[in-house]
Amino acid sequence: MGDPITLIGKWLESLLFGWGLNPGIISLIMAVIGVVAIASAVLLIDILLVWVERKIVARFQDRLGPNRLGPFGLIQPIADVIKLLIKEDILPRGADKFVYNLAPILALATVLLLWAVLPLSSTIYGTNLNVGVLYIVAVGAISTLGIIMAGWASNNKYALLGAFRTVAQMISYEVPMVIALLVPVIMARSMGLKDIVDAQSVWFLFIAPLPALIVLITSIAELGRAPFDLTEAESEIVAGYHIEYTGMKFGLFYAGELLHALTVGGIIATLFLGGWRGPGAETYPILGVFYFFIKAFFLYWVIMWVKYSLPRIRIDHMLNLNWKFLTPLSLAILIVTAILDKILPRSPGAIYALGMLAANIIVGWITLQLLKSNVRRERKRVGEPRPVAQPETSAATITSQTSSSSS
Amino acid sequence: MLNDWLFIGVFLVLAPLFPALALVIPRIVAPRKPNALKSQTYECGIETVGNTWVQFRVQFYIYALVFLIFDVELVFLFPWAVAFDQLPLFAVLEGVLFLLILIAGLVYAWRKGALEWV
Repeated sequence: MGDPITLIGKWLESLLFGWGLNPGIISLIMAVIGVVAIASAVLLIDILLVWVERKIVARFQDRLGPNRLGPFGLIQPIADVIKLLIKEDILPRGADKFVYNLAPILALATVLLLWAVLPLSSTIYGTNLNVGVLYIVAVGAISTLGIIMAGWASNNKYALLGAFRTVAQMISYEVPMVIALLVPVIMARSMGLKDIVDAQSVWFLFIAPLPALIVLITSIAELGRAPFDLTEAESEIVAGYHIEYTGMKFGLFYAGELLHALTVGGIIATLFLGGWRGPGAETYPILGVFYFFIKAFFLYWVIMWVKYSLPRIRIDHMLNLNWKFLTPLSLAILIVTAILDKILPRSPGAIYALGMLAANIIVGWITLQLLKSNVRRERKRVGEPRPVAQPETSAATITSQTSSSSS
Repeated sequence: MLNDWLFIGVFLVLAPLFPALALVIPRIVAPRKPNALKSQTYECGIETVGNTWVQFRVQFYIYALVFLIFDVELVFLFPWAVAFDQLPLFAVLEGVLFLLILIAGLVYAWRKGALEWV
């Protein structure tokens, strides 16, 4: 196995063992080194993401984007970070100081925590937790808590409104997400992310496209990105929960949001796109890291594409989409998957895969028909003439008045 | 197994330190000159009026309640999904029955108007 990171790990372990430390302390030291390595690598990628985000936004909007500092503006994010560091940190009057300071830390730390279970390749991963999917759902929910804390502690009405919207939105979208996440768990018979990747000789995207789509939509909602950015709608509630944050504290929210988008890309890549799988990744694990990030960045790009293509949706539409469309759909696809998984034979993989795909297509087709009939009904309802303040009569009185005054 | 949770535990302790470090640096290099005008909260350019922590729509609370019921019940389904190999068809159908009860709850909330944004 010619994988440098595993080799370094093995070498360090034998070195520490040579010093005569006891195995418990060695595993603790190894854990600390692993955590620091993963977290700093992820944060470095995060700084790069600022550049990626700005550059891709610019391209979507037919601009050039940052192009002055360094080649292709690559040094721009570092300048941004330095600028944020030397900005004054303003504490708003009447703010709850402890919660106010804790919120941005929580917003970034929870996203970092998600990387503990993501397998970057067959040998490089933080840990293969046997409740990995549950861990992702649980830790992902804490970042919502950070936003609620920020909104509550800022002593600002707009921030509080943003926090309320967070409660309604991010919490609601967790329900269909959790239901849809059960589908890969059923197919892989495990909640460990590494086991789920190992089970994907066929990518789950091809045998379960509907759950993949549901997870993508709900993840975008959990991120609070457009078209679901009601929590920070700048035209309605100015900036929502981070309105009172300045300097590096705002920077942490920003970095957390960007990193969360890439992390969501990584999670979906792991669950549905085969994670590190690709040609040659079994023999050369370092290639797996490359494939993983290609897939994660592709999904990040898809999320950005959605963000800059769709307008923000209204809050009642947003909640209806979740409770009246995504939740029933995900429950239906879960029931179909569970029963089919038991009935279909596992041994020739082709029958299993084709059966699942067919079931997904049928459920998707039925959903589309229901949606079409619903849209027809909705158009009819909105198009019906409404009781108005009778413009004809008022116009008649005006004319009678003018005629009377003229006469 | 224990090593896995040791890793998570270490991560839990160290992860907040990275952003916390980023907040310590501005304490040293950034200016700090607070005054009463500067620390006013923003409200469309006028002076802030009234109390911030106001009453809010009860609808937010109802959505949170519906979410709570669903999320707690969904946690029960994860062991069912993991143990799928050992389950006979009957046990799978029992899980489906559980899901149908959940759907009945969703339909009930829907009919009662708990899912309407009024």
